[in-house]
Amino acid sequence: MVTTKTYTEQDIWDALEVVKDPEIPTLSMVDMGIITKVEVRGESNVYVEMTPTFTGCPAIKMMEGMVAERLKEMGIQQVEVVTTFDKPWNSNKLTARGLMCLKKHGLAPPVKHEGEVTQELLEHTECPFCGSNNTEMKSPFGPTLCRSMHYCNDCLQAFEGFKPVV
Amino acid sequence: MFIHPQNFNHMNTNAVKELLYKMADDLLIIGHRNSEWTGLGPILEEDIAFSSMAQDKIGQSQTLFQLLHELGEQEPDIVAFTRNANQFHNAQFLELPNGDYDFSLMRHFLYDVADQLRFEMLATSNYEPLAKVARKIKGELKYHVFHANVWITKLGVANEESHLRLQSALNYAWNYALGLFEEGPFEAQLKADGVFDGEAELKTRWMQAITPVLAKANLSIPDENTWNPVDGGRKGIHSEHLQPLVEEMSEVFRVDPSAEW
Repeated sequence: MVTTKTYTEQDIWDALEVVKDPEIPTLSMVDMGIITKVEVRGESNVYVEMTPTFTGCPAIKMMEGMVAERLKEMGIQQVEVVTTFDKPWNSNKLTARGLMCLKKHGLAPPVKHEGEVTQELLEHTECPFCGSNNTEMKSPFGPTLCRSMHYCNDCLQAFEGFKPVV
Repeated sequence: MFIHPQNFNHMNTNAVKELLYKMADDLLIIGHRNSEWTGLGPILEEDIAFSSMAQDKIGQSQTLFQLLHELGEQEPDIVAFTRNANQFHNAQFLELPNGDYDFSLMRHFLYDVADQLRFEMLATSNYEPLAKVARKIKGELKYHVFHANVWITKLGVANEESHLRLQSALNYAWNYALGLFEEGPFEAQLKADGVFDGEAELKTRWMQAITPVLAKANLSIPDENTWNPVDGGRKGIHSEHLQPLVEEMSEVFRVDPSAEW
């Protein structure tokens, strides 16, 4: 006999902690701040809303699939995952643990912004390797849409940063 | 105030569609041109920058085509890949071949400043589905504008050759850039409904934004007596450069509409 467990919304949030960003495998989608809503709509029926970091993010379809797959693994039969711009992502939505994960991955975490991103804000991004601010931005673009490229004048290493976005 | 699409009368829906089509087509066409720099950029960072901007712009255009789809138009891929050149609403400026890096850079600057300001204006639009998307896109375009401003101000004063190249790119680009602000048949309607404040207002803001950057780069805007906007794009009138671009862009889709890549 199959027993179906009734999950709470917190159970779903906890379960999604293991679903990682395909481009930054140390970071979960929850810590990234891109899961914007979880609703348990009945027994074995869960609805999830997500929002992309960047409109052109090519990974969003893949991530929708990963979320759905994780929930189905838990035995939930009816799963709906929807991408919306109702609560658009901005870089302040990364959790404290998310910021640490980025650093561990060698990516400078985005500076907290006050609703405005200026070029100056990016100019002296803290080096994730040695912690120095004696750095310069080489390009506001990098290997993925959410990253920029920098150079540290103290430890003489090139590094990538996660862009602050409003 | 939120106005649901269904509550828009016929006239309003057509006005919003016209606005969405020209913005989406601008993004799609410049996105494609930007992607032509992939593998060919003058330095690695620029190759990556133009490729990243291409990805951003094509993604943004897809989002706008999705809004059009919600207003009853066909699926985004169908709209993007099955029309002929005369059905596109982009400004002619954006379909011109990339030419040398100086022209690509100048076009990038003149267009992206305008587009960022356009989305800033639309972030407070009464048409909430568009306002929501605009609030997101305006933040992304900030990075395109940073990139353009850095290179225009650096190369404008770097040496004689870089200065002359940028000045001649600006002279060539200018009348085409003015075509970005070609007015459509629904200007008054869009304004009255609080959807969009209009091309004339956008152009004023654009002039205010580009003037100090060009001054810092020691570049001169052509004399006002010579201004002669290259219009027509918004009505489907295009140069000979658009059709080949459209054919190349849609080649895979036309061979196999179900292809995934």
